Amino acid sequence: MKTFIFERSELDRLVEILKRRDYKVIGPIVRDSAIIYDELTNINDLPIGWTDEQTNGMYRLKNRDDAAVFGWTVGPQSWKKFLFPPIQKIFATHKSPKGLDLQNSKKQTSQESAQTKYAFFGVRPCDLNAISIQDKVFLGGPFIDPVYERKRTGNFIVTVNCGQAGGTCFCASMGTGPKAGTGFDLSLTEVLNDKHHYFIVEVGTELGSDVLKSIKCIKATDENLTTVNEICSKTVKQMGRLLDTSNLKSILYQNSEHPRWERTAARCLTCANCTMVCPTCFCATIEDVTDLAGKQADRMRKWDSCFTLDFSYIHGGSVRASAKARYRQWMTHKLASWVDQFGTFGCVGCGRCITWCPVGIDITEEARAIRENQS
Amino acid sequence: MSPKNNKIPKTAVKKQRKPKLAVWKFSSCDGCQLSLLDCEDELLAITEHIEIANFLEASREVVKGPYDISLVEGSITTPHDAERIHQVRRQSKVLVTIGACATAGGIQALRNFKDVKQFIVAVYANPKYIETLNKSTPIADHVFVDFELRGCPINKHQLIEVINAYLNGRKPNTPAYAVCIECKRRFITCELVAHGPTCLGPVTQAGCNALCPSYSRGCFGCYGPKETPNTSALSTYWTSLGVKDDELVRLFRGFNAYAEAFRKESEAHEK
Repeated sequence: MKTFIFERSELDRLVEILKRRDYKVIGPIVRDSAIIYDELTNINDLPIGWTDEQTNGMYRLKNRDDAAVFGWTVGPQSWKKFLFPPIQKIFATHKSPKGLDLQNSKKQTSQESAQTKYAFFGVRPCDLNAISIQDKVFLGGPFIDPVYERKRTGNFIVTVNCGQAGGTCFCASMGTGPKAGTGFDLSLTEVLNDKHHYFIVEVGTELGSDVLKSIKCIKATDENLTTVNEICSKTVKQMGRLLDTSNLKSILYQNSEHPRWERTAARCLTCANCTMVCPTCFCATIEDVTDLAGKQADRMRKWDSCFTLDFSYIHGGSVRASAKARYRQWMTHKLASWVDQFGTFGCVGCGRCITWCPVGIDITEEARAIRENQS
Repeated sequence: MSPKNNKIPKTAVKKQRKPKLAVWKFSSCDGCQLSLLDCEDELLAITEHIEIANFLEASREVVKGPYDISLVEGSITTPHDAERIHQVRRQSKVLVTIGACATAGGIQALRNFKDVKQFIVAVYANPKYIETLNKSTPIADHVFVDFELRGCPINKHQLIEVINAYLNGRKPNTPAYAVCIECKRRFITCELVAHGPTCLGPVTQAGCNALCPSYSRGCFGCYGPKETPNTSALSTYWTSLGVKDDELVRLFRGFNAYAEAFRKESEAHEK
């Protein structure tokens, strides 16, 4: 893999070049007391000098005492915001004398996608893995999701290896970080010491290499590569959480009636926040909206959650009426049945479900409790 | 009439009768029925499909009942109210209650936790003229209700959705899940997690499209308890963060104080 280094000032140029190549550059921005992802209109919007403090049910932005650009971990949003938008129109129908006219929204959105080509700037390795998991879900099976496919096509991905771990992170346990493996065009490591602020960049694709030609960079030395490894292994040691994944699938399957589920259900609000912030959760519901005359109907797809009663509602009632059934369904899907379904865990260890749970339920703690006291 | 094209002249088609809608007021502030007037852009379209037959807030012209659909605002607080709601029910094919007063007793249900006679003595110069019930109760405590639309006030888009669903013979899309889902779909940063307690979003039913959190305010619970609301888990967690019992009582005693889950939770923290 080709590796180069470039100065901090060249980072701004990298964003400029992507914009000049007609990408809509999406990156981290400080907004409403959190680091979120949105269009980078100004390079100074990057969270320079910011960091975050995270633990169960708590997130606080803090100032750093340096000017690191990527000195933070993940916030409440993930890239699924762009690839799998929370509310999408699937199609519209119109009542005609002959029956129903189906107006596929494909035409409209394909025009839109011709204009919108996303460059994701500052993707964390856990989130890069989450994208590849959603690729399997939406593009991997016999039925391709056209909305996801359109949004995902032609993405340019710049990952940033993590120089520090967050309070609820456990990517090292899931094997999804803190260093990006594959799936990026360019992968950056930020190095900031007393004298020097620079980036070490690994090139993942030809396109990445081409983009990098417009940046002033020099070939990386072995010493630089060692620096990357040193930074990442330091991050591994800082991981806020650990999740022992050995034999986890069968442990969860064998303990479906473990008393712990009941105890957690007593704490769980079934508010669905964990599933909303999860970068791999892909469930949606379908809502048909009619006009007053009943002549026009739109079919909408909206993010849904296995924590709602409607989600498992079939004739006669909800299959998962209790909070216990719903929490168990979610966690067992993430850490067990996902493996049977898609060949990987449905969890990348980003820690969002721990941080953004209003009562701080911790998936790693739940898994540990069941493992250590198996019934 | 031309026999050639077999067209039936328009006058020969029996005009389909528009469903008749009535709006009724009980103990309330009128905010919910104003949501119907607030439809502005959609109001003309609504009147194309439905006859607003009895809506005193909009017109003193009243078309006699029975009515196909009745929107009932307000709670039952007087013996007269308790009589009148039965008359409304008798005239209505479908009865929809609108707002926190009609579905949970409203803010005036705060009296339910105290002795109402003491309030009367404290407020009125001549308490003997006041005829009131001990409790402010929702409509469903008195008559059969076909559908309850939550909110304080209700959301006009949800009101249109209910009328729309009625006209098209389908179920309204008014989900019973938490405000959090609406909040996250709008990418609003969580008030609870990023700023600290307190926000009632995780135990409150959606419908407002996360209005208060979108202005960086915690949810006040205007839409009442969501499906399977775990209020005690939220209280227990807040208590561990230092929230005091009297604060918890105040939090759950808002516009939906008398809704069962919120009532029980506030009572559990009352000394």
